Amino acid sequence: MRRHVTAYGFLSAALVVFAVFSWWPIVRGVVLSFQQVNFVTSPDWVGWENFERLFADPLFLVAWRNTAYFTILALVIGFGVPFITAVVLNELRHAKAYFRLLVYLPVMLPPVVTALLWKWFYDPGPGLFNSALRGLDLPTSQWLDSSSTSMISLVLVITWANMGSATLIYLAALQTIPGELYEAADLDGASILEKIWHVTIPQTKFVILMLLLLQVVATMQIFTEPFVMTGGGPEESTVTVLLLLYRYAFYYNDFGTASAMSLILFAVLSVFSFLYLEITRKADA
Amino acid sequence: MRTLTKGNGKTYWVVLTLTLVVFTAAFLLPLVWVLLGAFKPPAELARQPPTILPEVWEPGAYVDAWNFMDLGRFFLNTFVVAIGAWAVQMAVIVPAAYALSKLKPWGGNVILGLMLATLMLPATALLIPVYLTLTDLDLLNNPAGIWLPFAANALNVYLLKRFFDQIPEELLEAARIDGAGTWTTLTRIVLPISRPILAVVSIFAVVAAWKDFIWPLLVFPEPAKQTLSVALQRFAPDTPINLLLAGLVLASLPMVALFLAFQRHILAGLTAGGVKG
Repeated sequence: MRRHVTAYGFLSAALVVFAVFSWWPIVRGVVLSFQQVNFVTSPDWVGWENFERLFADPLFLVAWRNTAYFTILALVIGFGVPFITAVVLNELRHAKAYFRLLVYLPVMLPPVVTALLWKWFYDPGPGLFNSALRGLDLPTSQWLDSSSTSMISLVLVITWANMGSATLIYLAALQTIPGELYEAADLDGASILEKIWHVTIPQTKFVILMLLLLQVVATMQIFTEPFVMTGGGPEESTVTVLLLLYRYAFYYNDFGTASAMSLILFAVLSVFSFLYLEITRKADA
Repeated sequence: MRTLTKGNGKTYWVVLTLTLVVFTAAFLLPLVWVLLGAFKPPAELARQPPTILPEVWEPGAYVDAWNFMDLGRFFLNTFVVAIGAWAVQMAVIVPAAYALSKLKPWGGNVILGLMLATLMLPATALLIPVYLTLTDLDLLNNPAGIWLPFAANALNVYLLKRFFDQIPEELLEAARIDGAGTWTTLTRIVLPISRPILAVVSIFAVVAAWKDFIWPLLVFPEPAKQTLSVALQRFAPDTPINLLLAGLVLASLPMVALFLAFQRHILAGLTAGGVKG
């Protein structure tokens, strides 16, 4: 008996913190989605009105399209690069510490610092990128200033900033592949690409899948980079779901509709979270 | 160990050299560029093509940036937020993980399950309700508005519990026979053994709190209370570019220093988060 009392004493702070800042807000988020909240009078039940308002807002569709586009671009660019980098690094026996240090350095920078730095690099006039392109006699780009390149510019920033973690996690996974598998492939006369396809990828597929799903969940919640670098422009080309949610809550003071929006985002993301859980469970088995 | 290639001959050296060049250009050069840029006066920064090394060295930009943006204040605010977030989180989750692992109370598994279930939630799903809860509790413009929600970290509870689970019962039993209470056992036996995992969890907690943007943005509407990240993005549009660059460099230094000091822990900790090979 005393053991249980002591245990709950040790657990009490965590229970309070989780209850107030995790469990209760989950319930409250659902409730808020069906309410109108204005801080003056007590909240009113409005049924599906918040959702109807969202679906009537043309920007809602734009935000989802932008977010989907961003997620796909981030998968194409941001997903392949760390894996390939890890495969190359795993072959190198020199300067290992230097490579690891460099690739992880951007991860340590505050995202706002990275965003502001890259905004300066992207300056179409004297910015680093266009200066370098001009120096090489290559065509320059408007980067963030054009609605056709704004999104891909943001993808480059987050790939640069975050690829360190993924690269090092892949590297750790690659080191668990038994050397005999490559030896066997050599005996069969396999080329490097064939070895990657038949040995490297199958041997690391759980890690690949897990990082893929984690990345989808993270990129669909992108906020800091568009908020700091573009504010959603030009021509709303970088308004993401979270940026619109922020506008509803803090520009229009419409917390009900903002909650409805996070409920929808949550529903979409839980598909990916569920897949992630299934895969980790299988990997543990 | 054998890998994809045999790793000798000319190709190896070509690939090694190329990787060195690409890595240095991609990850080091941009940072050096900013470091140098802060020394150039604004007129030189606007020039095309740009100068590589500053023609006029103006180290004063770092001092001016510090004064212009009042960076001392924001460094202190960020420091209070990050260290406080770490301290509160540790105070909350270490006893909890210990209780779940070693005291095994009734319903402990249900509690752990409810905590882990929050990991399935995307971080932003709770943005609005937690913000409103903070407003209700009058925690806006108060560092506690960051500390308390930050302490509800289920992943770290899980990592600590998993580590505590491996500590042999006999060790705790021996302490009990020697007359040690539950608290003494935790502080004298369990915590010293758990130093590696505590280091990893601590470093990641401090780094996450220092890097965070969206929560401080919501919690500190009052400019004087803001953290570096929030203040820098507020100042950015109206700050001369050389001063802004100097400010960005200064704001990155603590995290870069932390990384260089605890590199081994940080890189080892990356794979501790449950992602296995």
